[in-house]
Amino acid sequence: MIEYALAFAFVALAIALAMNLWRLLRGPGVGDRILALDTMVINAIGIIVLAGIADGSGTSFEAAMLLAMVGFVGTVAYCKFLLRGDIIE
Amino acid sequence: MIGNFAFAELLASALIVLGGAFALIGSWGLVRLPSLMERLHGPTKASTLGLGGMLLGSVAFFQLVEGAWTTHELLVSVFLFVTAPIAANMIAKVHLHQLKLGKTPGPAGPPAEPGPDSLWATYEAPHEGTPGCFAED
Repeated sequence: MIEYALAFAFVALAIALAMNLWRLLRGPGVGDRILALDTMVINAIGIIVLAGIADGSGTSFEAAMLLAMVGFVGTVAYCKFLLRGDIIE
Repeated sequence: MIGNFAFAELLASALIVLGGAFALIGSWGLVRLPSLMERLHGPTKASTLGLGGMLLGSVAFFQLVEGAWTTHELLVSVFLFVTAPIAANMIAKVHLHQLKLGKTPGPAGPPAEPGPDSLWATYEAPHEGTPGCFAED
């Protein structure tokens, strides 16, 4: 039963990533692109978590944690640069 | 014991399906909604309910397979719950800033000027009296 649930969630996340990519490429503003990148990071964390469940190994959660941290720092850095013209003032 | 096993597998499967569905719905909202302020709402569902469901499903699954409660998935979830509103607030400020500069077309045009004693940090440089800005700087 869990194999079917994992297959469904993998397909759902793949479609979600494709839609994020469409929004990233289309725009129209720079805020939309930052939001699309942020959502892509969230969906990538979901795929890592699902891959950890599919493997049956708990070693991939450090990767998920690191991606959550780096994705947040990246989003804030993009926003700070656009708001203030500099990342660390 | 068999009943517990089947229940845990059912619970993990249901949580994983719920998480995947919410991630898909959030990204569909990102594509479908007309302006950035509305588009901000979609991915918040993906990050809280979607990833939260998948991470809780992972906790249930590892309890089922290894018989041990793991908590570091919950750590990822807690970190995302803390950081997602901050990231959304920063993106909204960038959007307001771009509207003000006229670089992004908005449905209602550029926003109004802030008042003389406004503390809206997006629109004005820090001055004396702004929180976090000291006179001797």
